[in-house]
Amino acid sequence: MAILVVAEHDNASLKDATHKTVTAAGKMGGDVDILVAGKGVKDVVAAAAKIDGVRAVIGVDHASLERQLAEAMETVVTGLMGGYDAVLAPDTTTHKNYMPRVAAKLDVQQISSVTAVEGADTFVRPIYAGNAMATVQSSDSKKVVTVRTTAFAAAGDGGSASTSDADGGIGTLKSEYVGEELSKSDRPELTAAKVVISGGRGMGSGENFKMLEGIADKLGAAMGASRAAVDAGFVPNDWQVGQTGKAVAPELYIAVGISGAIQHLAGMKDSKVIAAINKDEDAPIFTVADYGLVADLFKALPEFEAALEKAGL
Amino acid sequence: MKVMVPVKRVLDYNVKARVKSDQSGVDLSNVKMSMNPFDEIAVEEAVRLQEAGTATETIVVSVGPAKAQETIRTALAMGMDRGVHVQTDEDLEPLAAAKILKEVAASEGAELIVMGKQAIDNDYGATGGMLAALLDWPIGSAANSMSLDGGALTVVKEVDGGLQTVKLQMPALVTADLRLNEPRYASLPNIMKAKKKPIDAKSPADLGVDTAPRLKTLKVTEPAAREAGIKVEDAAQLVDKLKNEAGVI
Repeated sequence: MAILVVAEHDNASLKDATHKTVTAAGKMGGDVDILVAGKGVKDVVAAAAKIDGVRAVIGVDHASLERQLAEAMETVVTGLMGGYDAVLAPDTTTHKNYMPRVAAKLDVQQISSVTAVEGADTFVRPIYAGNAMATVQSSDSKKVVTVRTTAFAAAGDGGSASTSDADGGIGTLKSEYVGEELSKSDRPELTAAKVVISGGRGMGSGENFKMLEGIADKLGAAMGASRAAVDAGFVPNDWQVGQTGKAVAPELYIAVGISGAIQHLAGMKDSKVIAAINKDEDAPIFTVADYGLVADLFKALPEFEAALEKAGL
Repeated sequence: MKVMVPVKRVLDYNVKARVKSDQSGVDLSNVKMSMNPFDEIAVEEAVRLQEAGTATETIVVSVGPAKAQETIRTALAMGMDRGVHVQTDEDLEPLAAAKILKEVAASEGAELIVMGKQAIDNDYGATGGMLAALLDWPIGSAANSMSLDGGALTVVKEVDGGLQTVKLQMPALVTADLRLNEPRYASLPNIMKAKKKPIDAKSPADLGVDTAPRLKTLKVTEPAAREAGIKVEDAAQLVDKLKNEAGVI
């Protein structure tokens, strides 16, 4: 059995989501190769070749792959699938964008956001916003799988895979990249951070999110938000943690003014330790929190920051 | 321009899914069902295109059981022109649904398809991408806003790092994210009017689509429960616990 893992990268560096997807692929059993599709990706290919347990890394370098547009990625991945029994990619927006296209072209049913691999054809995946876990067995000859990376440990960096280049076979596309507006931040990425502090509707305004900044600085934390806070326009959409936003699983998740709607819990309940600050003692967030503080956040946050300072952070 | 919107009838988003005790699935008997929330946003977008004079006809399609007609009526009450109901009692996988929708899109001559980015029941997030690929159309996934200018559709997409803008040649497919618009409530007169709007009935067999499932559900279980922890007295104690007990800061 041969498995292709599609790398998560930004053309300059390889992302940890790739290492986690390699772990998921390894659980299926068989040879694992990595595809790095992008523009000017020599360094990314070299980094991918170091991942433990990888047989070979295929680099496809093409101008149309700089932004990994859906049609271009579909062509590259589908073109390689003659030599593979399965393709796995992280369930980030980049890969969610084209993996269903690959599945349709191969005439197979995609298995989305798997949280466990139980064999070469059997996977566990959350349904109903994580309120139920379905174990599914695929009868398709090739498997197309996206991976909820927070559910898998990252593979190490002790390998030395062979590398090669391939022509992606990309033709004329019916779509083009126009531009992007990426949130600029010196903080760690939400999905990779060891500590995440998120605010909800209880924060009251976007201005009040500044109260979380000092704490985030002290803890080296990424900042997130509930869907209610994003919908209210307090913070940008890419801060959203939850079933329809990002799934995170940091060492410590601090929920501030978040009631704990099901769809939010689905995106953070795999965190190692959860702390919650909310004035409503019946808020559902307390049913998953290891440490709950029932308090007015506007009073508790300055005290929390002062206590961190006192503790030498 | 003809705009098609596929919609799915799902467990209402306010109802907590309960796993059946025999682990065969989620219990859908005697619970409130509604239109998938992302599909509602797609319907709203189509109606706005119609109001702006961009869409000449808006067609709502649902693949599902007899009661999916209610979901179609909801879209008609929001302002869409007519419906197509492909009736099946099977809970089709995205691949089968996409194949059916492809046939409907072709026979209706749809030039733009707007649909939810995922259904909140099975959470595959795959039907839109599959349908676009089967039609060989470009896709704008997880749209935050969209605008049609001449022969091209500009879509601002929600991506992990922020927002990304792409330009698509028509015909094209767009999947709606939460912030594309805020769907309207249907007014009573429009609900009454919707009852008279036509709905075409079809079956997967009429369309020549093989709907055999590719995945076998071995079991559906409750997620691992997380135990509630302790309540702390104040912020200082919280810091102490996180540092000295949990060791995470």
